[in-house]
Amino acid sequence: MSIHTPPAGAVFRGRMLPWLLLAPQLAILALFFFRPAAEGLRQAFHLADPFTGRGIYVGLDNFRALFAEPEYLDSIRASLIFAGLVAGIAMALAFVLAAAADRLLGERPALRSAIIWPYAVAPAVAGVLWLFLLHPSFGVIAQLLHEAGLAWNPLLDGTDAMALIVAAAVWKQVSYNFIFFFAAIRSVPKSLIEAAAIDGAGPLRRLRDVVWPLVSPTSFFLLVMNLIYAFFDSFGIVDAITEGGPGGATRLMVYKAYRDGFQAQDLGGSAAQSIVLMALVGVLTVIQFGWIERKVSYARS
Amino acid sequence: MVRRDPVFRAVAASVFLAGALVMLLPVWYALAIASMPEDGRLSIGSLPGPMLIDTLADVIRDPVIQRQLFNSLVMATAITAGKIVISLTAGFAVVYFRFRGRALAFWAIFLSLMLPVEVRIVPTYAVAADPLAPLIGGLRLLGVEIGLSPSLLDTHAGLVLPLIASATATFLYRQVFLAVPADLVEAARIDGAGPLRFLRDVALPLAAPATAALAVILFVYGWNQYLWPLLITTDERMATVVMGVARTLPTDNAETRWGLTMGRALVAMAPPVILVLVLQRRLVAGLTDVGK
Repeated sequence: MSIHTPPAGAVFRGRMLPWLLLAPQLAILALFFFRPAAEGLRQAFHLADPFTGRGIYVGLDNFRALFAEPEYLDSIRASLIFAGLVAGIAMALAFVLAAAADRLLGERPALRSAIIWPYAVAPAVAGVLWLFLLHPSFGVIAQLLHEAGLAWNPLLDGTDAMALIVAAAVWKQVSYNFIFFFAAIRSVPKSLIEAAAIDGAGPLRRLRDVVWPLVSPTSFFLLVMNLIYAFFDSFGIVDAITEGGPGGATRLMVYKAYRDGFQAQDLGGSAAQSIVLMALVGVLTVIQFGWIERKVSYARS
Repeated sequence: MVRRDPVFRAVAASVFLAGALVMLLPVWYALAIASMPEDGRLSIGSLPGPMLIDTLADVIRDPVIQRQLFNSLVMATAITAGKIVISLTAGFAVVYFRFRGRALAFWAIFLSLMLPVEVRIVPTYAVAADPLAPLIGGLRLLGVEIGLSPSLLDTHAGLVLPLIASATATFLYRQVFLAVPADLVEAARIDGAGPLRFLRDVALPLAAPATAALAVILFVYGWNQYLWPLLITTDERMATVVMGVARTLPTDNAETRWGLTMGRALVAMAPPVILVLVLQRRLVAGLTDVGK
């Protein structure tokens, strides 16, 4: 990535002013971003003494301990399963809904509201709403499952608990994905659709051979965003309804980093987990930024 | 012309309707539960009823909830305003000036895109607990003792500041300004406009659509924060409404008033949902134009 610049005639001269304009952002970043990040890096390589707060340098020991810990490997597995399911299901459903909406909402895009409003619901609140639907003793959907002969109990069964948090996360994420797919499908040139129709392609065929390839950049971008969401925003859902249980089945990586840091007071271990998560976000951000940079065309003279 | 295929249209209509109903399902039952009498049993056919208004009125009249709503509102608006102001000025500086250290400033800002607050919770908490530690340590070396060090725990500033320490919006403004035709800037300069005048009269109006979209996105983001408020507040009076909902979860005992819990959930999600419904065009344009 490079720093794009307007031509020399289109910039202002100034020595102090640009720094003054940058100062608030740089000050807040220094205090609440760079300092904690540096401190987190330091903690990851030290063993903290909880009483004095002084650390002993231990090199990669925190990371070795981390990857030797079965619970951590379990949390990685749970996170991958959760992220894969949420991204896959939420994107598939959103694409189908957007394709359907494209046929219907031609003149009334405001009907989008019916699908996009959950975007505004906090993950923790979404979790509470879905717990009420699926709670083993009074959830309405749980009643249906019981009547169908299923022993549904997310409070005791790890798989059921995972299904519960996936349902809440998908419900929220479909709305976000729908916004992008709907916009992408609507921007497919009409002439292409018409040409395919003249060649005798039916609506499903046109969707597969014309629309899908043209919205694939959007799908790629959404895949990255959905993974970021599933890895980080999921905290609220887990903390509000399962607290990582039962038996650690829903202890996602972010949730574990929080518990180890704030409840077990294992600063070194928690910081090491943060570094792993950081690396993960770093990779996803670089991929995503590359995509945005390609997408935007700058007016250059 | 594309021939209308009535069968496909009917399928599309059913799919969309089914999707809309599933989206509505959790809220429909939240409404049903909130309008149930204490000893009511819920079934698949339960409908929201007249008790709903009483429950919601009970929730809104509760001084604890009012305080939580106030905290959420302060947090959401301050995050929105703060992030917009610091990002707009920073984006403007990076695009319209050449100065030594520009590349360094740019990369420093870019780096911060990589870390959601969730990733650096423990050290960020330590900073918020004692934000002036390095300053006081430095002064101590110079022989100046300052006894008192302010803490951001349980303050509105503590809720807000760490959450505006990220550069997503700066990059949005950078893109907006980079798309401004160079002729426009040159014309403004020939007319004798200085940078601040140009910012006020040209750049701000051009950035207005992006700002409106950002305002919706950031308000929703701010209102819905959960992890950070959970850490930084211990005082009940500083809790946000989303925290409040997660704390009043049902247990299996009969004492729990689920109706009230659901009423709280409905009140907690109403402001951002209404905002998104009213300003959906801005939201959609903002999200899809930048691919944020």
